[in-house]
Amino acid sequence: MAIDILMPALSPTMESGTVSKWTVSVGDAVRSGDVIAEIETDKATMEVEAVEEGVLAVILVSEGAEGVAVGTPIARLAEDGEAVDEVAASPAVSAPAAQPTAKAPAAEKPAAEKPADTPAPAAIPAAMPAPVSSPSVKDAESKAGGRIFASPLARRIAADRGVDLTSLAGSGPHGRILRRDVEAAETRLSSSAGAASMPANAPMSAIAGASTVETNSQMRRIIAQRLQESKANAPHFYLTVDCEIDNLLAARRMMNEQAGDGVKISVNDLVIRAAAMALMAVPKANASWEGENTRYFQHADIAMAVAVDGGLVTPVVWAAEQKGLAALSGITRDLALRAREGKLAPEEFSGGSFTISNLGMYGIREFAAVINPPQGAILAVGAGEERPVVREGQLAVATVMSVTLSADHRVVDGAVGAEWLQAFKGYIQQPVTMLL
Amino acid sequence: MASEKQFDLVVIGGGPGGYVAGIRAAQLGMSVALVEREHLGGICLNWGCIPTKALLRAAELRHSIDEMKDFGITITGEVSIDLPAVVKRSRNVAGRLSTGVKHLLKKNKVTVFDAVATLGGKTGDHRAVTLSTGGEISAKHIILATGARARALPGLEPDGTSILTYREAMVPQTMPKSLIIIGSGAIGSEFASFYLDMGVEVTLVEAMDRILPVEDAEISDFVKKAFEKRGMKIITDAKMSGLVAGKGSVTASFEGKAADITAERAILAVGITGNTEGLGLEGTAVKVDRGHIVIDKWGATGEPGVYAIGDVAGPPWLAHKASHEGIMCVEHIAGLKDAHPIAAGSVPGCTYCRPQVASVGLTEAAAIEAGHDIRVGRFPMLANGKAIAMGDDQGLVKTVFDKKTGELLGAHMVGPEVTELIQGYAVARTLEATEAELMQTIFPHPTLSEAMHESVLDAYGRAIHF
Repeated sequence: MAIDILMPALSPTMESGTVSKWTVSVGDAVRSGDVIAEIETDKATMEVEAVEEGVLAVILVSEGAEGVAVGTPIARLAEDGEAVDEVAASPAVSAPAAQPTAKAPAAEKPAAEKPADTPAPAAIPAAMPAPVSSPSVKDAESKAGGRIFASPLARRIAADRGVDLTSLAGSGPHGRILRRDVEAAETRLSSSAGAASMPANAPMSAIAGASTVETNSQMRRIIAQRLQESKANAPHFYLTVDCEIDNLLAARRMMNEQAGDGVKISVNDLVIRAAAMALMAVPKANASWEGENTRYFQHADIAMAVAVDGGLVTPVVWAAEQKGLAALSGITRDLALRAREGKLAPEEFSGGSFTISNLGMYGIREFAAVINPPQGAILAVGAGEERPVVREGQLAVATVMSVTLSADHRVVDGAVGAEWLQAFKGYIQQPVTMLL
Repeated sequence: MASEKQFDLVVIGGGPGGYVAGIRAAQLGMSVALVEREHLGGICLNWGCIPTKALLRAAELRHSIDEMKDFGITITGEVSIDLPAVVKRSRNVAGRLSTGVKHLLKKNKVTVFDAVATLGGKTGDHRAVTLSTGGEISAKHIILATGARARALPGLEPDGTSILTYREAMVPQTMPKSLIIIGSGAIGSEFASFYLDMGVEVTLVEAMDRILPVEDAEISDFVKKAFEKRGMKIITDAKMSGLVAGKGSVTASFEGKAADITAERAILAVGITGNTEGLGLEGTAVKVDRGHIVIDKWGATGEPGVYAIGDVAGPPWLAHKASHEGIMCVEHIAGLKDAHPIAAGSVPGCTYCRPQVASVGLTEAAAIEAGHDIRVGRFPMLANGKAIAMGDDQGLVKTVFDKKTGELLGAHMVGPEVTELIQGYAVARTLEATEAELMQTIFPHPTLSEAMHESVLDAYGRAIHF
């Protein structure tokens, strides 16, 4: 009996992925545990191991094919004694609903490896909507009542050509997505791409100027969709406050001098710590809008925006309020490093109750960030710089860091936001208090 | 102009295109008039689909008497055919259904005029339609559904006694001893099969290289062999140079070296041409090209507010295509959002000769020509339990799939009751099923439909019973 290898679900919310690389070829003997392919999801690339043994008979999804739904056969193994070409020619042997026969090593044991004081993502109620890093299909499906109505042929063509079904409006009975809708969408995409990539002497470029066109990565599309969703759905308001950080910098210097080898606490670590403490002090700001209900988080699960090639990810420091600064520093450094290498496990960048985005290192004085849905707020941190300040009627120089809180007014009112910023500012300006 | 003479829609022609369009329009709340010059139900019901099926049923019963012995049934005494009674029954069937159409139109409050209609001028957004019975009606929208008639070719003209069209061929007063049928499309092949079963020597002549030329080549070949086995003579690649009626005989001559053939009568079945004359199209922007009105995908002609559907608007000349076009056109006029033009390859075709032929979608050759990488499945009725039990095990179910997408590109069937089976594949195509859904569907046993399942399985090397 031939064995279908299905697109594995590498995270609880993953709906589709891209086979970025096959590490085995047709005819190769595959043993259980062998790495057979690399799968790219919206945020991470993961290796996939075989769980069955056999000879790779046929590769059904070629490298680079985007948006392959979880459960779709991506390759087929011939078992001992089976002719490879017969297996290759036979139709799919397992229904898409069957257990994936390959899985990511990273996804195997999320809970067991977590430190005892860190709640596993499973601790977050299942009803919590998908975080920024999860693919969009789930959200779109739940909007339509849990199912995308599309014909089998439309699904297959969409999967083959990387067309996102959730972005389509069906023209069939009761809005069912048909082949023509997928093909029309594809034509729209390719014609716009075609127009923009025309040679320099083509009339179009006279208007558009010289340009190149790149296919948007899955990460790019997810970022675009979710941030657009955030701006469209969450009524943002912005509160900015200046924090003097000379005390903070002095405390940091002292801590780093006193700390053991390898510990190097950054300003950002202190900002995370202060934000976590502020969320504990003003729990109303640690909330998420869920339509019928508002969810209040018990921990400060702080996501930090990390720029990576082609986009950004938001790895989460779970229960940051429970982390000592040395531990926190180690965690943030590790997460940032692995985020840039694309090696984060999905549960490491999914969820979180609050996000911090820091562009201080670029010399940005202050900015306003887009809320990372479904969270209720995000803190945008600017550069610490020496500015003139007035103290008791006298001009003085202080190192000042401006921070802007973007809050979802559905859950965080102006006064709550202000109260939170006040608390945050207190911890930052009197760093001793955040160590309590 | 009296208000009862003003309508939202006037349909000209009461065939399967026109009357269905009229009823659908009434359902959508339009006030509708339908003008029919001869009889409701059109050619289909009165001189086509329905009466021929009645005749073919008689031929089939006659044929089954010959098979009785195989089933252990002995009939003693002489079997004879009362031809006038056979024809009369066929006419009664047509009459009954025509009356049914009249009732349906009445029930849906469609005003019917028995007249010949001619398009008139426009006043505001209303266009006048002049009736041959006197008077004038008008409507915002006009649908031309006037159908078609047998085409005559130069040198091949019917005379109504020796050289016939379908119309005379359907009401024979006597059976000829021999018959030449020119044209092997659905009409020609059905008459060939009918007359052959009624004991007539039949020669079927086709200009193309095979009979039933629109069908898949394998199916054509299968039917040819079945016809020849029953004693039919078939001449393909026949370029006729003349057809001359003599005294009690007709002689067909061919270009090149082919010998003349002579028979008692001949039937012309070389296609049909649209009834576009006398409609008052002159002076309008309605365009007629090679006997058919030119329409867009919604049935709109070049003249705003004037539409055409069915045979008058071109092939395929099939009643169900006309009906569907009528519904589509009316829904488009009504602005329904889910109205869609007829998709290419979605019109099934049926030919009721013995063996029956039915198909939908692309033939194997057309699929390859369209650039598809294909998989083909075949399953013979020889291996179908129900067919064997019925004593009718000659047939083939062929399926053509796109290798990449699994789309059912086409299905081609020949054999018992395949005209009743083809809708299964048509539904699958409309639902955009792939091979996976067809394979997962449970087909009941024992039925002829199991051959449809097996053909799909065979396309993927998985047929169980062959």
